[in-house]
Amino acid sequence: MAQAGLTLEIAVPSARRSQLMRQRARSAWLFLAPMLVVLAAVAGWPLMRTIYFSFTDASLADLEAARWIGFANYFSVLQLPSGRDIYDGLLVDPVWWRAVWNTVRFTVISVTCETILGTIVALVLNTEFRGRGIVRAAILVPWAIPTIVSAKMWQWMLNDQFGILNDILLRLGLISTKIAWTASADTAMIAVLIVDIWKTTPFMALLILAALQMIPTEIHEVAKLDGANPWQVFWKVTLPLIRPALMVAVIFRGLDAFRIFDLIYVLTPNNVQTKSMSVFARENLFEFDKFAYGSAASTLLFIILGSLTILFMWVGRVKLGGGR
Amino acid sequence: MWIVRRAAFYLLVAAIVVIAVFPFYYAIITSLKSGTALFQVDYWPKTFSLSNYVTVFTVGTFPRNLLNSLFVSAAVVAISLFLGVTAAYALARIRFRGRSLLLVTILSVSMFPPLAVLAGLFELIRALGLYNSLFALIFSYMIFTLPFTVWVLTTFVRDLPIEIEEAAIIDGATPWIIITRVFLPLMGPALVTTGLLAFIGAWNEFLFALTFTSNNEQRTVPVAIALLSGNSQFETPWGIIMAASVIVTVPLVILVLVFQRRIVPGLTAGGVKG
Amino acid sequence: MKLRRTFLAFAAGAMLAAGPAQAVDMAIVSGDTGNGLQVLREILDQFEENTGNKVTIVPMPTSTTDQFGQYRLWLAAQNTDIDVYQTDVIWAPQLANQLVDLTEATRDVVGAHFPSIIESQTVDGRLVALPVFTDAPALYYRKDLLDKYGAKVPTTWAELTETAKLVMDKEREAGHTDMWGFVFQGNAYEGLTCNALEWVKSNGGGQIIEPDGTISINNPQAAAAVEMAKGWVGTISPPGVLAYQEEEARGVWQTGNSVFMRNWPYAYSLSNGEDSAVKGKFDVTTLPAGSGEGARSAATLGGWNLAVSKYSNNPEAAIELVKWIASPEMQKYRTLRTSNLPTIQTLYDDADVAREQPIVPRWKDVFLNAVPRPSAPVKIKYNEVSSQFWTAVHKTMSGEGTAADNLAELEISLTKLKGAGW
Repeated sequence: MAQAGLTLEIAVPSARRSQLMRQRARSAWLFLAPMLVVLAAVAGWPLMRTIYFSFTDASLADLEAARWIGFANYFSVLQLPSGRDIYDGLLVDPVWWRAVWNTVRFTVISVTCETILGTIVALVLNTEFRGRGIVRAAILVPWAIPTIVSAKMWQWMLNDQFGILNDILLRLGLISTKIAWTASADTAMIAVLIVDIWKTTPFMALLILAALQMIPTEIHEVAKLDGANPWQVFWKVTLPLIRPALMVAVIFRGLDAFRIFDLIYVLTPNNVQTKSMSVFARENLFEFDKFAYGSAASTLLFIILGSLTILFMWVGRVKLGGGR
Repeated sequence: MWIVRRAAFYLLVAAIVVIAVFPFYYAIITSLKSGTALFQVDYWPKTFSLSNYVTVFTVGTFPRNLLNSLFVSAAVVAISLFLGVTAAYALARIRFRGRSLLLVTILSVSMFPPLAVLAGLFELIRALGLYNSLFALIFSYMIFTLPFTVWVLTTFVRDLPIEIEEAAIIDGATPWIIITRVFLPLMGPALVTTGLLAFIGAWNEFLFALTFTSNNEQRTVPVAIALLSGNSQFETPWGIIMAASVIVTVPLVILVLVFQRRIVPGLTAGGVKG
Repeated sequence: MKLRRTFLAFAAGAMLAAGPAQAVDMAIVSGDTGNGLQVLREILDQFEENTGNKVTIVPMPTSTTDQFGQYRLWLAAQNTDIDVYQTDVIWAPQLANQLVDLTEATRDVVGAHFPSIIESQTVDGRLVALPVFTDAPALYYRKDLLDKYGAKVPTTWAELTETAKLVMDKEREAGHTDMWGFVFQGNAYEGLTCNALEWVKSNGGGQIIEPDGTISINNPQAAAAVEMAKGWVGTISPPGVLAYQEEEARGVWQTGNSVFMRNWPYAYSLSNGEDSAVKGKFDVTTLPAGSGEGARSAATLGGWNLAVSKYSNNPEAAIELVKWIASPEMQKYRTLRTSNLPTIQTLYDDADVAREQPIVPRWKDVFLNAVPRPSAPVKIKYNEVSSQFWTAVHKTMSGEGTAADNLAELEISLTKLKGAGW
């Protein structure tokens, strides 16, 4: 694109060129305008309104009557008739912090597992063997299945009485009684993780595979001739080469996992052990009479995610720069 | 030693394939069962009954839900491709002030948590009178398809050879002519990739569809499947849910398998180059 | 066809004094359990035949918690596509502002209903929903199995636990390995609030929030009741009970895999259905009592009503529809098919009902003495109060913290929620 301007300068006489450039700049905005208007309407304006609502006492039934109440949804001190002070608001709400913790835990574990498993799958797919096309087609299946559908499929497989997973584990003698995967406190999060990892590992694998395929094969040949074993080749040669792509993939997945809603809403509804920030926010917005409070949670989610994005982009860029 | 390594490798390959495909396979088996057979765990298809599929298509509004999903996804693809192509041309080929800032802003919109805009979007959709209509969904889905489309198409247009455009400019072609006559024919592969990914995104979306529709007739398939329960004599109608799931998934799986060579570059353009 | 419709509309107009002049299309939303939707369809077919109006059912998941979230959202969106909502007994105060006042339109028929139920649907002098059926749970027990092992019908929770364990163990020894002792609604949703309120109240532990607004839940008797229920999970109740709603519990029970079940009367006729494994082998009794001071059998008051949306395009026709479904004839029809408890007083003395659904006359006193959930004192905050309560109970039962700790925590958060007053 930088060359675009440069080459034109040579090709076109200068008076006509400046006129042309101005005309092009004008048309650029003309071309961008519809897209920008739509984005502003669908993202910019609603975001502003959400933030605004978080500083009001808006209720779902009567949005127009919203009054400005400052930071009370985030933090406020309430005095009981008995004279005792109690602190109120999102920042001191244990349910919210529990949701934050659940989300962080989910994100860290799922992305870690997906990266490791995705790398393994990618390494397998990067080897020449018969039937590679079939394997690549097979791993695209979980990715293609809608999240809701995969949640339902797994809900059925994880069913405590009739589920096939309990049946397999019982037959293998790994468990002695049927586990209520989605209901019990110890396993609800595990159930969510299983489904998410199953569904998203292919995505990671494909991204990593793309990076692997960009590595010239000679590099591996040379390393092997030097007497390195496959393990050493992976750690010393392959990993450093795919690290930039891996970083980007991890960041993308991490930010995505942080927003998780669908899977938890369908697989383990109303369950405190798995309630994520998004589920918490939607529940307050539409199910409790706390539209403003839910807006505050949405705003905090946005702020957290925004800071993470900026942080990752910054860290990612430094690493990417160093990698080159 | 070599044989053991080879065997271990193929074992790993087999494990990957089985784990990836098994849940879908199991859904198909379940959808072909009926009555009490549902509550017996079988690893191989033992019965073959299409009654669940018949129920899905004849009782309730599932065919309508399928059409809704199809209409919404197609409209979303058409609109975001149209807006995306024009915007991508401007962003990739024309130098103007604030271009990089604009690109970063567009990219950052794709990072938005949908929840951050849900409250405001709800208010807007209600005010526009779009609530419980498919237009509410088409409109709101722009938030995730548009930034992605613009981003991928921009990287694609940027890589097209500069000479063809120069020739057109010297011939006095306007930017509109350049886009429609020069670039569009070259952009086929990129359009297929982005269109397909936007289609899948819209087809699978749940949160907005759940929040902005009420009637059965307006629901898209993910919502219909999630809310499909409790109308049977006994339990959650797993056979019917699985039949519906299979119906929804098969076209996607076919699309993805047919276009798999197109999808991977699309993902990497959106991911790695971003 | 058109002629027929015009004729029908005319006939309807003659029959219902305030009948609509023109045939209209309406939508009713309901998340009824069991065969409830099917029976509703039959009732609507009769309505359509009589009035020429068309009514479609929008089905919903049976979880009342999920329904409520969606309904509140649709009403807030001023959605004109739903005319009539089937509402839970506890929702009236929370949705009142967006529902049509039925006081005038139903003046001629409310007298036939129980005054206490009409009262529960009246908010600030406005009747916002017309009752269709009321609900009070029963303890379903396997008469054949209790006789087989010489056990008597339990009247306390301790007896129930003991009997359930005894019969379950014996049955399992005899080869029936899927047998469980007791199923109930343990999922984290409104149903758990109903179940847990019964445990607490029957153990003399109060009713979460008393009618005067006092938060009473943090007491040793309430904690003991929840601990007792925790003890059932994995012993006499399947571990999955923590994800069971009404229909899941009925699924286990009706396939013959449980000795006891706590459920609403709708399960009575279904359990006696042709395809039921427990047909003729069971009976119902009142829920057991706890121990200690103030212990008595307690049943949570339930029930479903019909409300007309303020945003309906056809409020008059919708009101007629509501009156149709809630009419004595249709309530009788419903009761005969579903064993739902009618809200019309005279139906409890009806010979047909007594013969077909013997549970109905027997349950009159049970529902008249049932414990209401604290929706009246906490008004629009009820949904959150209930959610906090079921969360504390569900946490305890799934092994996260003791009942005493969780209830103490609950008291603090309820106090916060209450603020200066409900």
